[in-house]
Amino acid sequence: MSDGSGQIDILISRYDPERDDQPHTERFTVPYQHDSSVLDALLYIKDRIDGSLSFRWSCRMAICGSCGKMINGVPRLSCKTFLRDYAPGPLHIEALHHFPVIKDLVVEQAGFLDKLPEARPWLIREQEQALADGPHRQSPRQRARFASTSACINCLLCYAACPQYGMKPDFAGPALLALVERYNADSRDQGRAERMPLINAEDGVWSCTLVGNCSAVCPKGVDPAAAINRNKLESAKDYFLRFLKIGSGGAE
Amino acid sequence: MSNQNKPRSHEPIVWLLFAAGGMIAAMLMPALVVITGIGAPVGLIADGSLDHERVIGMLGSPAGKLLVFPLISLLFWHAMHRIFHGLHDLGIQAGLGYYRVLCYGFALLATLLTAGILFLI
Repeated sequence: MSDGSGQIDILISRYDPERDDQPHTERFTVPYQHDSSVLDALLYIKDRIDGSLSFRWSCRMAICGSCGKMINGVPRLSCKTFLRDYAPGPLHIEALHHFPVIKDLVVEQAGFLDKLPEARPWLIREQEQALADGPHRQSPRQRARFASTSACINCLLCYAACPQYGMKPDFAGPALLALVERYNADSRDQGRAERMPLINAEDGVWSCTLVGNCSAVCPKGVDPAAAINRNKLESAKDYFLRFLKIGSGGAE
Repeated sequence: MSNQNKPRSHEPIVWLLFAAGGMIAAMLMPALVVITGIGAPVGLIADGSLDHERVIGMLGSPAGKLLVFPLISLLFWHAMHRIFHGLHDLGIQAGLGYYRVLCYGFALLATLLTAGILFLI
């Protein structure tokens, strides 16, 4: 630990598909203060040392979900990770694991985004309530049922942390399954039956072996591992009770 | 891909056995280890209560069989399911069908053996 300011060595994994066969590491030395984040260091490098460095970022306040990187091998939001905790370095920054690298620290997110509609991440109603009938009222207790899963910002740190997703890219993955739970737990939603086939599938909850890394790295306190494993019970109930037509209503 | 095209996984069958075994491993086994593994050797258990004849007598009763059969067989399902999925966590991807038969076959064999032995007592 240092007093909170000085210089820190940063190793960055660089990759330019037009020039490089494979990624290589470059070393940069940047100044930092007590409140300098890893994102500040990347911006310093891009502004003053090497303008060709590519990385995603936007809000700087841990809500947009775009600045996730591997920081010393752990997936973290670079705006929410402070240089003082790694001084004097070296600090190693790589693109998020388990996704193809487009350039430097920018990854191709299609492995997640293409699956997103499968979660049906919107409120599904059997019949829309007329506007004149007013809003759908929800008690604090009903709101609390999805308060934690609705905090997800789609930063994909959980995918970079999940060894199952790394080996099996067809796996729906932590954030998507937490999103399923978020809408199923919403008292205004009636779309559970539409989401059950995703939960019940081999690539749904059953590809999870409860390693728990997803919940450990989540910057917003979502607990995808718990959400997934609650849904294993739902899927098991659906598997056996579907014959009695009293299950949770999964369509075949 | 539409959700409706996704084939249903048959994992719930073994997962429920695994989960039941997990409950036993977490809730009952520690107590049994304390009683039989520590309590009996150091003399905390009343003399004779774990004698061979007495235990065999317990296993001879329907209630005893009903108690011990799930205790032993479900722990095998729990262990073999965890080992099977542990292979995936360790990065072993080839031959999973073979390992599946091996793991769950062993649990099934242990279940049948347990039932057979209890039946003969």
